[in-house]
Amino acid sequence: MLLKTVHFGEIEINEEDIIFFPEGIPGFEDSKKYVLIGNESNEAVFFWLQSVDIPELCFVVTDPFMVYDGYGADVEDDDIELLGITDPNRVLTLTIVVIPENINEIRVNLKAPIIINMEKKLGKQIIQKNDDLPIRYYLSKEK
Amino acid sequence: MLVLTRKKGQALMIGHDIELTIVDIQGDQVRIGINAPKNVPIHRKEIYEEIRKENLSAVVGKNTDIKILNEKFRKNEENI
Repeated sequence: MLLKTVHFGEIEINEEDIIFFPEGIPGFEDSKKYVLIGNESNEAVFFWLQSVDIPELCFVVTDPFMVYDGYGADVEDDDIELLGITDPNRVLTLTIVVIPENINEIRVNLKAPIIINMEKKLGKQIIQKNDDLPIRYYLSKEK
Repeated sequence: MLVLTRKKGQALMIGHDIELTIVDIQGDQVRIGINAPKNVPIHRKEIYEEIRKENLSAVVGKNTDIKILNEKFRKNEENI
């Protein structure tokens, strides 16, 4: 299908690649459908999470395990059920990146990772109980 | 908003399966015990609000170019 986006213009996506967020994302409860848009290069660190419902809505996401040593995200029973997780190997953990005008303040939210069951294409931003995980984890040392 | 006065050790029910107990009161701090089904998410409001706000700041502007970011963070791997 053809998807209208502000960021990429009109792009062709496969309907089976659409990830459904039953609860939306806090702040954007009205957008339930997203697509992940990767980068051609597999060395790339950052990806896009583009809303299917709202053309203007797009996030940059990254792999938290790559930016934070020993990162771990917990998914509790009710969320395992919500996301229909049966195979942990098919679960993708991402973190939302904030890119402010001052690029040195680039940061990720480790407190609330995006958990996606790629098998069923179901996702949720899951707030972690671990109080040591920062909502703002700065990536650049030049801050 | 419904406002109820409770003493230390007293509790209240929300529906039939959520129980809030005033565990302790010390000055301007109240410790609250919560018994609720596992599927009821419970978070301090300020954390939820902060995550909401952070998500709002995360929406990318039209000119955001992650190619540059991917370059920058690949070249400076000690940065991440």
